[in-house]
Amino acid sequence: MPTIEQTSPSHAAPRRQSRWAAAVGLLGELLIIAGVVLGLYVVWQLFYTDIAANNTQQEVVDGLDWVAPLESVTAGEPVNVIPDNLKFDPDSAPVMEEPAFTTTFATMYVPRWGTDYVKPISEGVTRRDVLDTLGIGHYPGTGMPGELGNFAISAHRTTYGKPFNRIAELKKGDPLVIETEDAWYVYRVTEWEIVKPTQVEVIAPVPDKVGAEPDDHYITLTTCHPMYSAAERWVTHGTLEYWAPHDAGVPAEILEDAS
Amino acid sequence: MIFPAVWRVLPGPAWVKALLLLLVILAIVWVLFEFVFPWVSVEFGIQDQSIETGTAP
Repeated sequence: MPTIEQTSPSHAAPRRQSRWAAAVGLLGELLIIAGVVLGLYVVWQLFYTDIAANNTQQEVVDGLDWVAPLESVTAGEPVNVIPDNLKFDPDSAPVMEEPAFTTTFATMYVPRWGTDYVKPISEGVTRRDVLDTLGIGHYPGTGMPGELGNFAISAHRTTYGKPFNRIAELKKGDPLVIETEDAWYVYRVTEWEIVKPTQVEVIAPVPDKVGAEPDDHYITLTTCHPMYSAAERWVTHGTLEYWAPHDAGVPAEILEDAS
Repeated sequence: MIFPAVWRVLPGPAWVKALLLLLVILAIVWVLFEFVFPWVSVEFGIQDQSIETGTAP
């Protein structure tokens, strides 16, 4: 189709009119570009971050040679379940040294979220280095798995692989299983609360009691609330039921699909 | 005008222009996804989930 050079039929002020038209056209183009960039941001935040973070987190889990081979578990192959005589009291639980920033030192299983749920836990809770990429982060200075005190961890509830997406489905008594190179730690959910982002007492050694002497082996999960917002925090607490040496087998809890 | 200018600047026949345009768009999207958007999300505190301990943003 031949293009026709448009000439203004009006001889009053054709140049000024075309200049106006050019300015409006330019503005229109800039608005189109802005709209496309904003649309791309939404696509990136809601879809791409999940894909990228899930890939990273799966690679991290695959790279840990001590992680239980969950494929054989989900395939229904026989596995060694930890016998009762190898389940030990929380007070004798081994506690590892707090590792260096961004080091992945544990994995987490939550049967309520499916038997295929396994996510790495890494040191630190900064967005760029840990939560946006490695998944679950451990608050530096809080207890380590099994420790008398509070093992406090944080993760995204939406986007970036959303490790804590289904935190609202957790019920009292649900197992939260932590695996390290040396041991299994089986915690049970005790309660949950919704707090303001400034309420740091939820990760105190005794949750919500700042300055109190640690009296139990707590676990605390924090994530954002409501979904897709940063206005509040959803906080779930639990306590250690038992621990077992890593080579004793696999906790029966992670084999039961409770989702 | 931006769009006609881009089309004029790109060399070659129409199909080469279209191919180059596609590559340029892909490159821009890659830079946005890998560098610009992650920076914007952290810098403006969109989607924070940690409680404020000082180490957490």
